[in-house]
Amino acid sequence: MEMKDTRSGFGAGLTQIGKTNENVVALCADLTGSLKMGDFAANHPDRFFQVGVAEANMIGMAAGLTIGGKIPFTGTFANFSTCRVYDQIRQVVAYSNKNVKICASHAGLTLGEDGATHQTLEDIGLMKMLPGMVVINPCDFNQTKAATIAIANYVGPVYLRFGRPKVPNFTAENQDFKIGEALYLEEGTDVSIFATGHLVWQALEAAKKLKEEGILAEVINIHTIKPLDKEAILKSVQKTKCVVTAEEHQMNGGLGDSIAQLLSRELPTPLEMVAMNDSFGESGPPMKLMEKYGLTSKEIITSAKKVINRK
Amino acid sequence: MTDIQKLENIIPQVRRDIVRMVHANNSGHPGGSLGCTEFMIALYFEVMNHNTEFSMDGIGEDIFFLSNGHISPVWYSVLSRSGYFSVSELATFRKLNSRLQGHPATHEGLEGIRIASGSLGQGLSVALGTCQSKKLNNDNSIVYTLHGDGELQEGQNWEAIMYASGNKIDNIIATVDYNQKQIDGSLEEVLSMGDLKDKFEAFGWIVFEEERGNDIASILNVLNAAKAETKKEKPIVILLYTEMGNGVDYMMGTHKWHGSAPNDEQLEIALNQNEETLGDY
Repeated sequence: MEMKDTRSGFGAGLTQIGKTNENVVALCADLTGSLKMGDFAANHPDRFFQVGVAEANMIGMAAGLTIGGKIPFTGTFANFSTCRVYDQIRQVVAYSNKNVKICASHAGLTLGEDGATHQTLEDIGLMKMLPGMVVINPCDFNQTKAATIAIANYVGPVYLRFGRPKVPNFTAENQDFKIGEALYLEEGTDVSIFATGHLVWQALEAAKKLKEEGILAEVINIHTIKPLDKEAILKSVQKTKCVVTAEEHQMNGGLGDSIAQLLSRELPTPLEMVAMNDSFGESGPPMKLMEKYGLTSKEIITSAKKVINRK
Repeated sequence: MTDIQKLENIIPQVRRDIVRMVHANNSGHPGGSLGCTEFMIALYFEVMNHNTEFSMDGIGEDIFFLSNGHISPVWYSVLSRSGYFSVSELATFRKLNSRLQGHPATHEGLEGIRIASGSLGQGLSVALGTCQSKKLNNDNSIVYTLHGDGELQEGQNWEAIMYASGNKIDNIIATVDYNQKQIDGSLEEVLSMGDLKDKFEAFGWIVFEEERGNDIASILNVLNAAKAETKKEKPIVILLYTEMGNGVDYMMGTHKWHGSAPNDEQLEIALNQNEETLGDY
């Protein structure tokens, strides 16, 4: 399996859309290398704005650039893309309904060694609460690249979240990314596993092992947390009658929270969440952190068995 | 009437609009609105090249951003009096289902407004983005902004101020409403700003100071002088010394009318001091 980082998928997508859509502009707060925005900057120096370590100004400028028809992509770490500039995003992007694409790398625990100051695990919740904000968390290089291209063609504010480490690149190359459309990765009848971001691969690994024990898990990739693909979720849950959600984010405010809300309204169903349980992260190698905080296929398997017993 | 007289004729009417709008809701911000009345009239009725057939993108037009969104009454009055929307709509200010929100917003589609403001310190960044957008579009128009002086205590302004000079943004004319008052008291009492002119110059800006910030002719002079300095690879700021509450005697010389509404009796006094020149809404 090819291993690639999702942030490079973003960089590749931005390079591609930059060549075909001259309204696309990019802003970066002193992390061009980390965000893989170097190609875009080199190809289109006039459309690339280095703002320095000044994220609030970057968000405001992005909103201002839309006036005159530009499609701004902002780039910095997820923590500085959201927590640091929440009021700016709320007022001049979301409430003002500006066509800004907030692109956030190094999300979650897998940022690794830099530790909890940089490991935002709250960003999905913050962003999904804003009216009109689309929230996307792709799972691998190919999907991140496709999502980057897709959001340029969508009019409205978008939060695109991706990460630092190299992870399996398993979805189709040059896929047609449809915002808000869940992706069936594995058909099953015993339990629905809804996963987003880096946990999608873990969900597939879990399903493989569950199958060896005779449990047929359905794995669905929810790359778009908002708007949520309610139809696909309800359809799967009607069949399997129990749910596991998996994400690299706080339990409060994440994907699991959105699905629990949907199901409690429309189809009350036993549900288990694999997510950060009201805790900050810490320094360490990415995958070791995921193990320590219980964000791997192992916990997905345990949760699947537990939730099947609750049916 | 000379051009100056025509502009001066609008002033008492806009003041009437402001105090009536705020009085009708017993809420809003009359002090700063009155202090910037002459400036806003100069911009919209004389200085800016703009089209009242509103388009969000404003291609080929000068664009104005109000960063200190709480002085929305003066903006709404001037926008409507210059033809962006019906003057009668001023009666809906701060009411339920109105496009004239307490602080300016694009959400309800009010013509003339391109960004929400109210949470302070964000307007300059937005304006710089639009400056860059205009440069990419080879659009030679100018972007104007207005900021409260107390608002400059917000750190984001200084990110933007640094960006503007570092990137040779020379199609912006920012104006600071330098009334030296904020909600809790004078700037000196709340948080001294030091020497603002020195600060802007240290950040690489061209600074104009206008001490007669409530005199239309002086405002036109300084704006025209500033315009002549655009396109010279430096951002421009005008420190406009204004009087909070200008034109309503009991609101002047104090910070107390920053965000308080006049009662019936006080409204009457304010209206008696300002003639109805263009017809009340």
